[in-house]
Amino acid sequence: MSRRRFHPRWFRRRTPIFWWLEKGVYVHFIVRELTSLAVAYAAALLVVQVAVLGAGAEAHARFAALLASPWAVGWHALVLVGLLYHTLTWLHLAPKALVVKLGGHRVPDAAILAGHYLGWLAATALVALVLVRS
Amino acid sequence: MGRPTEPFFWTLFSAGGMLAALVLPAVCFVLWIAAPLGWLATPDRAGWLALLAPPLARLALLALVALSLFHWAHRFRYTLYDGLQLHHLYGLIATVCYGGAATVTLVAAYLLLRLG
Amino acid sequence: MADATVTLEVQRYRPEREDEPVWERFEVPARREWMVLDALNHVKDRLDGSLTFRWSCRMGVCGSCGMTVDGEPKLTCATPLAARGDGRPVRVEPLRGFPVIRDLVVEIRSFLGKLKRTRPWLIRDDDVPLAAGEHLQTPAELADYKQYSMCINCLLCYSACPIHHLEPDFAGPAALALAQRYNLDSRDRGAAERMEELSRHSGIWGCTFVGECSEVCPKGVDPAGAIQRYKLAAAADWFQSILLPWSGQARAKRREVAR
Repeated sequence: MSRRRFHPRWFRRRTPIFWWLEKGVYVHFIVRELTSLAVAYAAALLVVQVAVLGAGAEAHARFAALLASPWAVGWHALVLVGLLYHTLTWLHLAPKALVVKLGGHRVPDAAILAGHYLGWLAATALVALVLVRS
Repeated sequence: MGRPTEPFFWTLFSAGGMLAALVLPAVCFVLWIAAPLGWLATPDRAGWLALLAPPLARLALLALVALSLFHWAHRFRYTLYDGLQLHHLYGLIATVCYGGAATVTLVAAYLLLRLG
Repeated sequence: MADATVTLEVQRYRPEREDEPVWERFEVPARREWMVLDALNHVKDRLDGSLTFRWSCRMGVCGSCGMTVDGEPKLTCATPLAARGDGRPVRVEPLRGFPVIRDLVVEIRSFLGKLKRTRPWLIRDDDVPLAAGEHLQTPAELADYKQYSMCINCLLCYSACPIHHLEPDFAGPAALALAQRYNLDSRDRGAAERMEELSRHSGIWGCTFVGECSEVCPKGVDPAGAIQRYKLAAAADWFQSILLPWSGQARAKRREVAR
């Protein structure tokens, strides 16, 4: 009789490098996370704008011309899509983390979401107010 | 790995994410699509300098830039760990991401100070 | 009258004779009211008695029969067999994210360890004598944590969570939701103790809010929501500890009442 206990060899599945390509939900998750690149780009471009502002009128004019080129506008349209996707996914996830109770009852997710959309509208109006000259 | 700094960076990520979500789409549309295409008018150079003259305005812009960058840093760090399974580069990725965000923030602070 | 059949494609793994899992097909009757579990039991009763799998209540409350059906984590007792109706085989594999012991049975000891570490019991610092009576709780206080108490430990959420697949040390959705179940219970005083254990990378901070855990949960626990709330609470707590270091006691009290 063998004194060694038999221990079955467990099978462990290896997680492939591109695990996130296997399911639509995971692809969507990674795309959602990659919108942070659009956020970083926008922040960096704002810094560039400040730099250009400090570099004199000619630099400013050249930069404005660069921004007006079709390639730039097309690229920034893509950036805008990324930023919008960030906004939409972020706002829709916010009700999960923010549990607000009024008078002993939990405020429904739809109300929290509506509040966030209103906030987005207000922020957009503010940006327009500050940046747009008629 | 018990990292006592996680709550701090998560808060920056969270605040940055919210701010970016609310403000950046409008900023991008106005400044980099509508204005270059001539759909809207934005301040000329003198107008920009006047807009950014008050210290509070520069602080607000710095806050927007900093929080957006730290939002990216935290999120991208995790995307690299999980998306590409780069756990063995934990320290390096964290340094590059947060360090990068901090560097650009410092550059922005310097530029904004110099404007005045 | 020829009985209609459904093809069941089951993953077998017998370590004593194979190194890797293999697929086996079985034809089972296409009974309209059957669940996948009924089909598996039919296989075991009539076709191959060596098929090994876990099940118990067959009504979705014990959490034993979690498996991967057609690529999705499901309770086999709650998954209709003939739902698709297109004649393709129904694929049944063990729950993903755990080592396979045999056939459809997975090793869940890692989860049990994580569960224990979250201290899923009422923690109190006082010794209330029996004569003092029960702890009273209002319906509103019950509503605060009830959703998170519905967890049946079926581990479908772990199967769906990519972070769990990538980092086996990750506490995971169920353990964290259960920690919240106790944190939010008005009778509990252990939030600080749990926070210490779970406020780390292998705890709540490893979660990147993929959200699949809540999607697959058969009991509507919403572990993803529980974890995000936990992050917010942990961050607030951390800031208070940094900005107001003397507020230790006030913070402990705050954790009790902050719901």
